[in-house]
Amino acid sequence: MAKSIDVSDLNIFYRDFLAVEGVSMTIPARSVTALIGPSGCGKSTFLRSLNRMHEVIPGARVDGKIVIDGQDLYGPDVDPVEVRRQVGMVFQRPNPFPTMSIYDNVLAGIRLNSRRIPKAKADEIVEKSLRGANLWTEVRDRLGKPGAGLSGGQQQRLCIARAIAVEPQVLLMDEPCSALDPISTSAIEDLIHELRADYTIVIVTHNMQQAARVSEDTAFFNLAGAGLPGRLIEMNPTKKIFSNPEERATEAYISGRFG
Amino acid sequence: MARAKTPSTHSASSDSLSEEQPVPAQSAPPETASRRTTPLPLSHPTLPRWAPWLVAGIAAAAAGLIALTLGWGLVPWAFLAVVLYAVALPVWSLLVENRRAATDRVVSTLVWVAFALALVPLVSLIETVLVNGLGVINGQFLTYSMRNIIGPGGGIYHAIMGTLLVTLAAAVISVPVGLLTAIYLVEYGGRGHLARTITFLVDVMTGIPSIVAGLFAYALFLLFFGPGVRMGFGGSIALSLLMIPIVVRSCEEMIKLVPDELREASYALGVPKWRTIVKVVLPTAMAGIITGVTLAIARVIGETAPLLIIAGSTDSLNLNLFGERMMTLPVFIYYSFTQPGVPPEYGIERAWGAALVLIAIVMALNLLARLLGRFFSPKTGR
Repeated sequence: MAKSIDVSDLNIFYRDFLAVEGVSMTIPARSVTALIGPSGCGKSTFLRSLNRMHEVIPGARVDGKIVIDGQDLYGPDVDPVEVRRQVGMVFQRPNPFPTMSIYDNVLAGIRLNSRRIPKAKADEIVEKSLRGANLWTEVRDRLGKPGAGLSGGQQQRLCIARAIAVEPQVLLMDEPCSALDPISTSAIEDLIHELRADYTIVIVTHNMQQAARVSEDTAFFNLAGAGLPGRLIEMNPTKKIFSNPEERATEAYISGRFG
Repeated sequence: MARAKTPSTHSASSDSLSEEQPVPAQSAPPETASRRTTPLPLSHPTLPRWAPWLVAGIAAAAAGLIALTLGWGLVPWAFLAVVLYAVALPVWSLLVENRRAATDRVVSTLVWVAFALALVPLVSLIETVLVNGLGVINGQFLTYSMRNIIGPGGGIYHAIMGTLLVTLAAAVISVPVGLLTAIYLVEYGGRGHLARTITFLVDVMTGIPSIVAGLFAYALFLLFFGPGVRMGFGGSIALSLLMIPIVVRSCEEMIKLVPDELREASYALGVPKWRTIVKVVLPTAMAGIITGVTLAIARVIGETAPLLIIAGSTDSLNLNLFGERMMTLPVFIYYSFTQPGVPPEYGIERAWGAALVLIAIVMALNLLARLLGRFFSPKTGR
């Protein structure tokens, strides 16, 4: 599994407003890439364009190329639904389906697409995904209970289990820990470390220590001012970004002098 | 910051006005003597918890005394008692507590009085219907039609079945149309021209007088079946005309309440939009949708005017929606009351009985809506 992503000259619009301008980067396979930058600089917008979730918002569109496995995601005959099956996403706030049990939440990606699977296979997928999300031991006795009854951190891990149950190539995470306490955050960071072996992971975070802890590469986004588009300022291995960044803006942001 | 030491006067005694006066600072340290401070105003005297009850009792007794001496009836007595209460309690509160507490008492009194006033017609209506109708209801009344009945006896079986069938058919027409319209408006229409036009037309439809809906159904069936047409299904068409806008409105609100996060979570799993709507949005909103539909049914089940025109009136049981006249409860009540026959008391009695049954059906529907709503609502399961 796991593919790399090549982005070239990507412009992202909300109607006429250019939100992100001229992004080119290569996101390596089987590694964690962190996106950092001040609020409003387009990190999340960029992340959402990687699985065509961006266009769910009315009036939103994209110019440029995002190539996964030799195919342009925004090619004319590409089906966004198929793209999202290959590029999973975990959101800022945990959003388990309130009408479903823990078990059904994990299987949601399969069941909602009405693929019929035998019960034994379903059990296997649920256990594997929940183990993968480090949640199995906590919920194994109450798989039939509603997912909304779990704590925030458990819900977020349930959402990760749900995302990896469909075995995507890439996993996008939009500030997955910003609504969680330090213990849950640490659990999820451990999880990201383990998932790295199998998935290409892109994570947006406001927490610079988190970016330094979990990622191999870091991309710094910034915007010149309010109303101006966000840009990719620098992308380098995380060690280099945090010790010896090429751009002054990056250094200023990381050392906390602005942003 | 050293504060002047004061004796604690936190007594809640109702006649104590001592808090109003500044408390003299005793043995204040010299450095703070220049800015003598009163204690932080965190408490003030309050009326005891039973004060409203006491005032209410006294007001009722005083008003009763006046009413007795002047020979007033129940209504002036109650009015006077409420006025006395509404004046006395705030004044007492103003004397003992403070301005804000007194205002609070005034507004609380107003709210309770408004609530009681709103309840009066409801309670009175239910009481009247129960008193007049309960005696009529028995096995025969519920299981016999009015065929060949003159004078006593007979029942409303034909009207109950007619009402249930006509309303059921109206619901079968309105719920799919209304629900699909609501889905279009929320999920697909956005803020486009079509969606806005539909919303406007639905609003207009909400205001259609029911008699006009009946005339519309009659005119429609006139085209197909010629003049003088009467059938239960026509009544269903007329009722669905009244029901659709209510269903659209309530379903729209419920679907809007489903957080976008759930839709996005579903999209991100590679689920197509229509499946997201069917499997995520609708189940999440199901409790509210069912409640809305049931309330819409309860709203139209008592409509009289359109059924009078198109469903007609008959003494016999007719279970065929698509042919002949069909009796319904509201129409039965109307005719039993306006043409009770000779002697009239049996017809009037049956009208009350039918009214009670109709109210019972509506109440049962409301209870059912609540039960279903509770059953379908998402569970947190802690």
